[in-house]
Amino acid sequence: MKDMPGTDAPRGALRLMSGNHAVAEGARLARPEVTPVYPITPQTPILEKLTELQSAGEFVTEMLTPESEHSVMATAMTASLSGARVFTATSSQGLMLMHELLHYAAGARATIVMFNVNRTPASPWGFWPDQLDSLSQRDTGWVQLYSESPQDSLDLVIQAFRLAERVRLPVMISHDAFYVSHAVEPVDVPAQDLVDGFLPPFEAEFRLDPDIGRSIGAPVDQATWNQSRRDMAEAMGRVIAEFTRFGAQWGRLTGRVHAPLQLYRTEDAEIVFVTLGSLAGTARVAVDMLRRAGMRAGLVKLCLFRPLPAEALRSALDGVPVALVLDRNYSVGTGGVLHQELKSALHGTANATRVHGLLTGVGGVDVPVEQLVDLAQEFRERVPENGPIWIDGHGR
Amino acid sequence: MNANAFKAKDYKSDVTPIWCPGCGDYHVLMSITKAMADLNRDPKDMAVISGIGCSSRIPAYTNCYGFHGVHGRSLALASGLKVSRPDLTVLVMSGDGDGYSIGGNHFLHACRRNIDMTYIVMDNRVYGMTKGQPSPTTEPDWDSALSPGGTGLSPFQPLVIALASGANFVAREFSGDIKNTTKTIVEAVNHPGFSFVEILSPCVTFRPDERAWKGAVHRASVDETDDPARAARRILTDDGLNTGILYRGKRAPYQAHVKDEAGDAGILDARFKV
Repeated sequence: MKDMPGTDAPRGALRLMSGNHAVAEGARLARPEVTPVYPITPQTPILEKLTELQSAGEFVTEMLTPESEHSVMATAMTASLSGARVFTATSSQGLMLMHELLHYAAGARATIVMFNVNRTPASPWGFWPDQLDSLSQRDTGWVQLYSESPQDSLDLVIQAFRLAERVRLPVMISHDAFYVSHAVEPVDVPAQDLVDGFLPPFEAEFRLDPDIGRSIGAPVDQATWNQSRRDMAEAMGRVIAEFTRFGAQWGRLTGRVHAPLQLYRTEDAEIVFVTLGSLAGTARVAVDMLRRAGMRAGLVKLCLFRPLPAEALRSALDGVPVALVLDRNYSVGTGGVLHQELKSALHGTANATRVHGLLTGVGGVDVPVEQLVDLAQEFRERVPENGPIWIDGHGR
Repeated sequence: MNANAFKAKDYKSDVTPIWCPGCGDYHVLMSITKAMADLNRDPKDMAVISGIGCSSRIPAYTNCYGFHGVHGRSLALASGLKVSRPDLTVLVMSGDGDGYSIGGNHFLHACRRNIDMTYIVMDNRVYGMTKGQPSPTTEPDWDSALSPGGTGLSPFQPLVIALASGANFVAREFSGDIKNTTKTIVEAVNHPGFSFVEILSPCVTFRPDERAWKGAVHRASVDETDDPARAARRILTDDGLNTGILYRGKRAPYQAHVKDEAGDAGILDARFKV
């Protein structure tokens, strides 16, 4: 998110709220018609707030609590495919229980928007911030966005509906457990009129409707299945341009622009952090500290992870000698997911950036600003290793 | 039972429960450890399996082997264990959220399959761990911040479903009645096949109204039966608060194809002897 001084965008009500409550406010403003949700720590405050808003008459939707997250996604899919705007929220085990239907929903081109609170997958049991739950869904055909703050979360929910309904793909937004989900910050809650102007009512072009003689979910031959993935690829291919366009429009309305890739002090940088989620906030402070100490540091933050903004990444790293990828996740046997994705984006190009894959904060261990400052100094001259490097966080 | 080698405390671990003060699950923990002592089995020969929720914390509070599994899957996990190790006594601990909601389907099929294990469900008619959402057994008119005006949904009927699905032993107890709960758990474990014990276990935090259960529960006025039709008739007049053993069936339990039996003509001969 970048503030745009000089815009005279109308401000909504600035209120103190947690990341999860900001999600609920964003969902309220987006006016979904159907909202199936199953409670799970640490997502539950989203459900609580939605129920409270509904009870107060401020959130007019059909809310259901099905018997599991798997049923939530099934309910969401058919509601969406019959023409309703659908919102849901989950976390970790709930998201992974939905896995089968994540593929199905994307293949069926259901325009569901789902919020996921990033939490460690079991086992062992844990309730800590770690992004493996959503990153391991990267091949399901969902667009993936990552939020850094409660404000981001509110803004992205609204933009996600615009994007989903435009490209006809489901969109998942994630924020880190507790660091964002439960942290309380001032949040600008836009007026309903503003949101209505940005997000028109959902008019499903394709929908399950006997009146128009359409059915969804038929078995197909090989060529048709093959074509379905080409169609999804075409839709994914439009995401970056559409998200950029909607982000700019949202920026004109609110003063807050959400670009797929967000750069901070990278113009002349000799070293950059590359990350997503709440670690970006920590890294931004580290960048300022390093700059004060004489090192030209910068930050490359991914707001959009799927599709990966590969072109923008290549351009952002062009001429940057060193990149430290901070992964709060670990794909066992390979490394940090963002590290793999970034290396893949740079492979075969003339880019000479030395990319280090640092496993920082896996399992929710704390990553203090000072540690990032030390890591920048330590890795500045080092030859990168092919694999990931484990970094002991605070509490380990 | 004085000659028993084990006392209830031998089955308790040194992990302190973190349930809310007044939670019925403390009493359930007492009852199961007392039942274990009455059964007089070495803690190492017992396994306690659970899913997710307040009730599912129990394995860590016992000294037996255990597995704190994923949400709703305790019966599937326990089935795998029991067919692999039929020598173990398997207790499966669940709650109305874990067992009847996300795990509801497993409940039906575990009753059908009739593997020799005991399924204990602590029913407080609310999702306690996620702070008070209505569960499948919540009354349709229970009005709360998280179910304004009530859900309007017909409650899940665990005893009816267990009976209809083929459970071999069906009972209901109240957590505060430790004596009877202990006795029923012992009976359930000793009865072959799939035994189901529903325990009314109040959640005083999110359902303070359940404090009244203490005065409202009563022993069933009719005796247990081995006739499913009679048991079904009794359930039709059930007020939801009568306790005791409802049904003790005669179905042969599921037989795992254990290694020792494979190709052992002696064992097969003995089994089919007329």
